[in-house]
Amino acid sequence: MKILEKIKPEFWDDEDIGAKVSGGLSNFRRIWQLTVLLTLVVTVFPLIFMTLVNYTAMQASAKAEILLHTSRLVSNTRRTVSFFLEERRFALNFIIEDNNVEELKDPFRLGAILENMKKGLSGVADLGIIDSSGMQRNYVGPYKLGGKNYSGQEWFKEVTEQGVYISDIFLGFRNIPHLVIAIKQRLAGDSFYVLRASVDIERFKELLSQLELSGMGDAFIINHRGILQTPSRYHGNVLEKISLPVPKFSAATEVFETRTSEGIPVIVGYAYITDTPFILMIVKQQGELMKPWYKTRTKILWFLGASITVIVFVILGGATYLVNRIHRAERNRAMIMHKMEYSNKMASLGRLAAGVAHEINNPLAIISEKAGFIKDMFTFKDIYAKDQKLLDTADCITSSVERCAAITRRLLNFARHTDVSIQTLDLKTVILEVLGFMGKEAEYRSISVSVDVPDDIPKIRSDRGKLQEIFLNVINNAFAALNDGGSLDITVKRQGDSLVSLSFADNGCGIAEADIKRIFEPFFSTKTQKGGTGLGLSITYGLVKKIGGRIDVQSQAGKGTTFTVCLPLVSEEKEGGNTDAGIIGG
Amino acid sequence: MSEKILLVDDEEEFVKALGERMRNRGMNVSETTSPSEAIKKVESESFDAVILDLQMPEMDGLEALAALKKKQPELQIILLTGHATVEKGIEAMKLGAMDLVEKPADLKTLTEKIKKAQAKKMILVEKKTEERIKSIIGGKGW
Repeated sequence: MKILEKIKPEFWDDEDIGAKVSGGLSNFRRIWQLTVLLTLVVTVFPLIFMTLVNYTAMQASAKAEILLHTSRLVSNTRRTVSFFLEERRFALNFIIEDNNVEELKDPFRLGAILENMKKGLSGVADLGIIDSSGMQRNYVGPYKLGGKNYSGQEWFKEVTEQGVYISDIFLGFRNIPHLVIAIKQRLAGDSFYVLRASVDIERFKELLSQLELSGMGDAFIINHRGILQTPSRYHGNVLEKISLPVPKFSAATEVFETRTSEGIPVIVGYAYITDTPFILMIVKQQGELMKPWYKTRTKILWFLGASITVIVFVILGGATYLVNRIHRAERNRAMIMHKMEYSNKMASLGRLAAGVAHEINNPLAIISEKAGFIKDMFTFKDIYAKDQKLLDTADCITSSVERCAAITRRLLNFARHTDVSIQTLDLKTVILEVLGFMGKEAEYRSISVSVDVPDDIPKIRSDRGKLQEIFLNVINNAFAALNDGGSLDITVKRQGDSLVSLSFADNGCGIAEADIKRIFEPFFSTKTQKGGTGLGLSITYGLVKKIGGRIDVQSQAGKGTTFTVCLPLVSEEKEGGNTDAGIIGG
Repeated sequence: MSEKILLVDDEEEFVKALGERMRNRGMNVSETTSPSEAIKKVESESFDAVILDLQMPEMDGLEALAALKKKQPELQIILLTGHATVEKGIEAMKLGAMDLVEKPADLKTLTEKIKKAQAKKMILVEKKTEERIKSIIGGKGW
């Protein structure tokens, strides 16, 4: 909360400023919110949208690629497996066509055939000739299977019906997983015989294990009932039931997504191998396959997050900065308008006051003189001289006129204080002008006045009338403090780049320490008996303030007083000033 | 010694009353409401002081001041004004006015200033006489 307070922009709680000025923007918080919201919507929304579109497209393409790759792999492998079985089937076909039954019944002949076959075709373990009763008439191979009767076995029935038979993998009499390829050859009449070959599945295993499978892939063959025909890495051993569902028949290669019994999402590619009970399956773990995509996805999400953060910060900062600027400008505008209104009012009021005061002063002078004249008559003619009532009445008129005069003087003073007109001035000239005003008194009282203005004092921009009045008041004050024959030293000094200081040092009676603090207060005077109003210095103080300066005083009772007036080289009109003192002043 | 004063103000009642009061105090006062008449008077008579209004319909006080000073440089002129500003005061001083008094003026203040004016005038006249004597002496080759 404290941090929020700290970073809270200055306009946040300042809603009414615009209302002060007509046509102002009224609610800065609202402007800020709108700006932030709109900018966020037009920047972040498209960014998110584009990222989303891109994300989906990339994800889809990654998946599509995986599916396509799997599908291609399955197709190729199926072709190889098919070819392997076809090759052996063709070989058997050739043998059965090339030799008559008698030749095949000859163990030596059959043995020679097996030997030759083994040279060219791998995996064939043995050969057997079985007659239509199911009896093995001839057998060559590593086992003693001669004279075995197969009539009760499923495969024999199948080959009798179909003519060609490729078996599932089974353990058989040898207790070794193998498959059987059998081909029927008709003889005269209903009798027939069957050439049967056992093929070891070693070759299958080799074939499948040679596949390079990404994504913890697993390639195996199952039969139509879902029994594993070759060992699998993750889905069970040979002749076990596979944990995945048996895919439905399709003539082409298919790929689908599913989950294993453990819930791991997998991609399954499969193909039914024609004319066999086999289904080739390649199972890959989706998570592994998608890893590169996940990396890309993380990058995309990071980028999105970082972009949004940066955008949000920039928008917040920018909006705050701009609205702050607007707020400040608006406030300045309000202030300037207020100031203008005020000074306009003051100026017209001042003109009115000056007019009124001036017009009244003339009749007042007449009243004053007439009252004085009446009093004179009373004083100089013996008849009335002793009539105190008449004299008091005349005095009353005179003192009332005095009061009126005081009021008109205040009004005029007020009018004088309302305007500040800045012009370029030479300080020395202004001081000498004012001294010219006081010169007679100085001469009369033999007060020596020295003015020291160094040549490096630049011209200043300030209000001539106000400066004159300030100097006049300060010099007047010094003269009042000085005894006849005293001295006043006026020194101008430069203070830094933007200030000049003027010191007015007299060797007069000084100011008591207790009074120093109060000398700029209105109505404070030590000369009340001598007719001081106690306003001279307070008006001076106000005037100095108004032209942007300051006034200080140092004094030692009995030794003298130094007034120091610091003035800016360039004076700007200050609002307010000391108009009240101006009204009171007289 | 009675002071010889010329009062110039467009308000007739004002000059009349003020003139009368001054006369009551033993001053020798001439009054006029017209600045041009005042200028004429200065040509023929010598005054210790002229009390001059700063604003008159016929002629601006400062103009009248300049004209009077031109006629008689040693003439001491006290300005009376209903609207005193420092700027005006300084301008008047530059033109040679002796002092500036705000209306309605206190007769006491005015009298003091008149006394000062008279003293100053006397010094000036003495100086002038001295110079003249010196020049006469110098001229004769003494």
